[in-house]
Amino acid sequence: MRDVYAIGIGITSFTRLEFPLSEIAAYPVMMALKDAGIRKVDHLYVANMGSARVNHQTGLASAVVDTLSLTPAGAEVIENGPASGASAIKQGFLAVASGMHDVVAVTGAERMREVNSLEATGFVATLTHPLAEYIYGVTLPSMAGMFTRAYMEKYGVTSRHLAMVAVKNQDNALLNEFAHIHQAITVEGILDSPEAMTNNPYVADPLRFFDCCPVSDGGASVILASRQVAEKTGRPLVRLAGIGQATDTHCVHEREEPTDLLAVRRAAAQSFEMAGVSPSDVGVAELHDAFTILEIVESEEVGFFKKGEGHLALERGETRIGGKIPINPSGGLKGRGHPVGATGVAQAYEIVLQLRGEAGKRQVADPGIGFTCNFGGFGNNVVCLTFAREN
Amino acid sequence: MSVDLEKILRPIDHEMPPFPPKYMTIASGEEMVIRQVTRDEIPDILIHVAPLMSVERDFYDVVAARVYAELLAYYRHRMQDEYVLVAQVDGELCAVVNGRSVDDDTGMSLHTLALRRGLRIGAHAFAAKMEYHMDILGHKEVLIVAESPIGFRRWMIEYKLEKRFEIPHELGGPPSWALTRGIFEKARGTLVIGRRPVPDALLAKAMGAILPPSDPPTPPEDLLAATRSKYDPTGTALILQRWMQQEREGK
Repeated sequence: MRDVYAIGIGITSFTRLEFPLSEIAAYPVMMALKDAGIRKVDHLYVANMGSARVNHQTGLASAVVDTLSLTPAGAEVIENGPASGASAIKQGFLAVASGMHDVVAVTGAERMREVNSLEATGFVATLTHPLAEYIYGVTLPSMAGMFTRAYMEKYGVTSRHLAMVAVKNQDNALLNEFAHIHQAITVEGILDSPEAMTNNPYVADPLRFFDCCPVSDGGASVILASRQVAEKTGRPLVRLAGIGQATDTHCVHEREEPTDLLAVRRAAAQSFEMAGVSPSDVGVAELHDAFTILEIVESEEVGFFKKGEGHLALERGETRIGGKIPINPSGGLKGRGHPVGATGVAQAYEIVLQLRGEAGKRQVADPGIGFTCNFGGFGNNVVCLTFAREN
Repeated sequence: MSVDLEKILRPIDHEMPPFPPKYMTIASGEEMVIRQVTRDEIPDILIHVAPLMSVERDFYDVVAARVYAELLAYYRHRMQDEYVLVAQVDGELCAVVNGRSVDDDTGMSLHTLALRRGLRIGAHAFAAKMEYHMDILGHKEVLIVAESPIGFRRWMIEYKLEKRFEIPHELGGPPSWALTRGIFEKARGTLVIGRRPVPDALLAKAMGAILPPSDPPTPPEDLLAATRSKYDPTGTALILQRWMQQEREGK
């Protein structure tokens, strides 16, 4: 396989965007092309989960490639639930690594706020098992609530730890001009004050409002290319060094130990092995914190901390910018937002930015290796990426 | 203008008991005071409302323009039985809410304008307004409409307001919704919260000056940085055209 490099990146604001979905997908590609200093690509991969259901639009890739005047380049949609973004990057990687293409664009986009929050939650819930989960009214918040309760009882995680994740990631998001949430919050305001129950009501016990990511619109893009092309850009070389993907049972209740996220563990291990690095080499990570508990658990499953000790590392401040392993400097899904199909690409965007040293106020000190974990379903289809700065 | 004519034009306000100020801790950990303002303080508020009339997002333009008009009318005695409450953090103006008393039984909710977004600031201010109507003025119900989707979610859905579609609302004549005493009592302690009395130092700071909002909503600066009207042409085609032009010019 050939080496593959991220040579251009682009992103929209993650917020409510009253633009057609194809525009939300196209705009960051243009920014990424501009960033890379190129005008054409051989192929376009569009990551999206809900265009047909939410936006009444199918054939999204055909619309985006034409919007960008990139025809006759090939184009297709990659749908893998909330892990669509990293899956699309994986497909782009394979296309370049195999020698089939020299330059590909990967863009992820979602426009979820076209519908109200109940409909958006209902749409995401369609990724659950149709007969064993969905028909009983399961939603992702409710599933995460049950998971959180089990994790709290087993490992001693408390509501205070969850609130600390929310505070950290919303603080980080304040440093990210593209983030959805620009609000500083405090543990006192959302947990301790007499008004905390109104400020931060329960959504799915024990998860509260500030434990859940917002419903966002947004798009993000990455241009992948061979080394030959990458060297011509004159930009810092960031190599997509490792990819791992693993699945788990569709139904969470069929897992031997529901508090283990084995797909995360396996996908991360694969990604590190392919890159030839270990978790301790990682200088910055973007983890899929759709719910605050997930950042803690994923930080353990990928190997940054021992199982059951992620919340202790959080207490010690090790996951803050400036800590031992900064997690979600972009604000994560919690602060930056979570347009489901775009999230995996937005994670890659942040890591490339960090490895280039271009992240401004939220720049992590000299990270050589960056890592992303894009969590599909409720941990039943996970894609992890490892990036390495080369020069 | 002659004094005689002004006598005719100026509505006679009925006596309305004052809203006792309250405070609460918001999600940021800051303490927010909600208090009633006097007519003399209106000009200090208007200067912060005016810039929002050019912010299209979430109907800020419509709401700000109407709030401006209602507050100005209150200041210049052209609105009957109106009151204005403000929410302040360290003196900073965070929200303005207003309404009026129609009669002994009925209140008319006018507007809720959040000058600092998020953290339920607007929601807390709206709840205080309902508290004023129900607990202080003794109204049996308050007529309400929403001008933005956010308002609809916050009032009609969150409070589960009742329909009073047979009554046109004073804000443009759309069908009214009503907050009844029963709905209010259900919301008490969950949506309607706050502590009294306000500590002296906190109240003194709020009364001292109405300071400008630190992070008011502003029009978008960049393409796709925020919303514009639905189906408004985006910049994508323009940027492509510029690139093609540059290509033709060999740049």
